[in-house]
Amino acid sequence: MFRNQYDTDVTTWSPAGRLFQVEYDMEAVKQGSAAIGLRSKTHAVLACVNKANSELSSHQRKIFKVDDHIGVAIAGLTADGRVLSRYMRSECINYGYTYESPLPVGRLVVQLADKAQVCTQRSWKRPYGVGLLVAGLDESGAHLYYNCPSGNYFEYQAFAIGSRSQAAKTYLERKFESFLESSRDDLIKDALFAIRETLQGEKLTSTVCTVAVVGVGEAFNILDQATVQALINEFEISGEQAPATASVAEEAAGDAAADQGGAAAEEEAAPMDI
Amino acid sequence: MPSEQKLGSAIVDTVFANMVSSQNESSLLSSEGDSQRTQYPYVTGTSVIGIKYKDGILMAADMGGSYGSTIRYKSVERLKQVGKHSLIGASGEISDFQEILRYLDELILHDSMWDDGNSLGPKEVHNYLTRVLYNRRNKFDPLWNSLVLGGVKNGQKYLGSVSMIGVHFEDDHVATGFGNHLARPILREEWREDLTFEEGVKLLEKCMRNLLYRDRSAVNKLQIAKITEEGLTISQPYSLKTFWNFAAFKNPTVGAEGSW
Repeated sequence: MFRNQYDTDVTTWSPAGRLFQVEYDMEAVKQGSAAIGLRSKTHAVLACVNKANSELSSHQRKIFKVDDHIGVAIAGLTADGRVLSRYMRSECINYGYTYESPLPVGRLVVQLADKAQVCTQRSWKRPYGVGLLVAGLDESGAHLYYNCPSGNYFEYQAFAIGSRSQAAKTYLERKFESFLESSRDDLIKDALFAIRETLQGEKLTSTVCTVAVVGVGEAFNILDQATVQALINEFEISGEQAPATASVAEEAAGDAAADQGGAAAEEEAAPMDI
Repeated sequence: MPSEQKLGSAIVDTVFANMVSSQNESSLLSSEGDSQRTQYPYVTGTSVIGIKYKDGILMAADMGGSYGSTIRYKSVERLKQVGKHSLIGASGEISDFQEILRYLDELILHDSMWDDGNSLGPKEVHNYLTRVLYNRRNKFDPLWNSLVLGGVKNGQKYLGSVSMIGVHFEDDHVATGFGNHLARPILREEWREDLTFEEGVKLLEKCMRNLLYRDRSAVNKLQIAKITEEGLTISQPYSLKTFWNFAAFKNPTVGAEGSW
């Protein structure tokens, strides 16, 4: 995209019928570090790559619990993401107070989308520069939605956003048909594999990624580092190729990975994390 | 008799004192004395009774609208449907009930406008009503009703009650007004988890008959509503058979000659 005379204002159309400011906004999402989501009938998993400015600083928080039954992963301007998370939490609390019942995810997502749309039609505002993957539970099961800065939203079986997300999307596209019936643990495994795809060769350890789960009978919770590392080791994917047939590769990589998993924790000068 | 006279004048004095004092109060300290809002109800419905039974909820209410001690209206429908899953029964001020029905209509309308497969169930409606009533109470302008809210959603039966001051609870059987004193003791003895429809109706009729005998604002024209997973039906109005041939009724003043 190049600068042109129709891109100064969000309220200016181009002759081709485009709103350039909104499109630039979506670029901001693509610059953020990757976040992926996937869901089965009963569970939804969010995972993201943690970027830190330097080894001295903490990671940016990219996954937020919105309510017991809803969580969100963001990519893009994390400040905007934080503000929207606060809005989502507020909506959930207000609904719960009036109706003693959890706010259906589908409705929260529409409210969020309408809020984003407002910013694309006011000359004194700018669009929110963050893409949101909303994972939640309602009466009809687990859901995953993607909310765009443009005010659009879509429901997904699995999706990835942020930088190098295309690699994750390719992986997910190969496997998504099996997700609906997947178990909780298989879903997490696939999430970790997808995250690994976005790392392009970098070692996958629990210091580099965050994983969160919500499901029937399980409130939204962010898995702690130790659990994630154990899962990574268990699935033996810290440096190995994603196995074509799980059993063969797991056996072969079994011993090597166990050693690597232990060593990795010491070797890496992990950036300060909270 | 001197003591009665003294009592009478004492009462008159108090009434006068109240009137004078409320006029003297400054607006900063104004109490309900000079409020322009609802102070007392005008046209009222009496008890509503609700019970859970095997397939859902049964509710009963008569069709009377009293104007003080006059039984002024005899075809007031006090049981109404709310959305797909709920049933509401109201006692108290009828115009406030009509107002509540308007609120609920708007609520259900907006709920279905989402068009997303989700719908408000009886628990949500009950809680919404609690919030409305409690907030009005806080403004010293209550909706003068006691409501029974029941329904079935996704196989779950729900029955709750909420009063004009926002007191709310759920139970297997609830009642409003006189029903609390005359019907609930019967229900406590005879209610069971797995009542059939016929047994439930008989139980409700037993309670309603009791109320008919003893509640002066009861009328002998009632409706029974049933709500299950499949849907809601409200019966046509009908009357209960009553029996007045009790010895005590036949000779009511036998123990107090001269009374009526």
